[in-house]
Amino acid sequence: MLLESLSVDRASFAQGTGWELKPEGACKGEICVPLPAEAVHNGTVDVAAVAARLGMPLVHDEGAGLWSLGPESAPTGRALTTAMAPELELPDVGGNPFKLSSLLGQKVLLIAWATW
Amino acid sequence: MWQEVRSELHPHGLEIVTVALDVEGAAVAREFIDAAKAEHPSLIDQGHVLDKLFGVVNVPNSVWIDENGMIVRPAEPAHPPRSPIMEQLRAMDTSTLPPDLADVLNMAKKIRHEPDTYMSALRDWVARGADSPYALSPEEVVTRSHPRPLTVAEAAAHFELGQHLHRAGAIEAAQAQFREAHRLQPDNWTYKRQAWNFVSPVVQGPTDVYESSWAEDVRKIGAENYYPALEMEPRS
Repeated sequence: MLLESLSVDRASFAQGTGWELKPEGACKGEICVPLPAEAVHNGTVDVAAVAARLGMPLVHDEGAGLWSLGPESAPTGRALTTAMAPELELPDVGGNPFKLSSLLGQKVLLIAWATW
Repeated sequence: MWQEVRSELHPHGLEIVTVALDVEGAAVAREFIDAAKAEHPSLIDQGHVLDKLFGVVNVPNSVWIDENGMIVRPAEPAHPPRSPIMEQLRAMDTSTLPPDLADVLNMAKKIRHEPDTYMSALRDWVARGADSPYALSPEEVVTRSHPRPLTVAEAAAHFELGQHLHRAGAIEAAQAQFREAHRLQPDNWTYKRQAWNFVSPVVQGPTDVYESSWAEDVRKIGAENYYPALEMEPRS
């Protein structure tokens, strides 16, 4: 997730990282990681505090004036924190938005490919 | 390739979703999708979010997801029943080609291809669902997903910055971020091939910009390990 500031609102944080910030902590699927009290204040997320707890790296690019927040590494040390499929929202080839969750009720074979 | 699988298995309850991991998006992917006459959703992932969300490190890779939205097999090599590219490659006489291209193609011929193992497991899961020995438990799914120490998460952060800079036209700054991503996660082929391809299309050969190349890196690990062997042993 690219950020211009290390304070963002809860909804943007959830949208960018897949982690919901709830009273019990940062949650993804059935996993919740408790957070220090100062991590969320009046709906604003202290990104550095949450990142430290979840093992998310923060890389700063001075030239671009941006922070890049990487994915979590602490909860399981694996790419997946939970077996619950994350929401995946991407455009189809015609540019129409598509949500993976629209296929609930069917088995899905998700295939990653590339032209390169 | 995948449309064939879709035609066979969609009547039995399987949908296919293909995702093109391409920073340049539909502009480069469209002709392939049109040629495939795909009836399934064909998505465009300009940000390589599948790397972050599912631990994809090479293509083609697949993730199996059940009716309840639970992953039952994490990212692993996906082998379609027919691969026209591999068939053409195997039949090709490379002796008359320029040496660097011949080198790449000869190595590509040795890449592991396990369509029978892959397809019989897929068919079994489609038929039997949770009773299939190829459907893994939630714990196994997490454990078998790609390792992600902090360095790998940092690679993702650098790669995301690199894409942003590339799209903004800051090519050299983007290359510095891509190099850092490659250094931090050397086994991620999507990060490498995407970046190499910008400076050396198709062959992805040695350049002044990147320390390694496709041929050099594949030689290092052995072409037969480019796609790790499928772990499709039936669960006991």
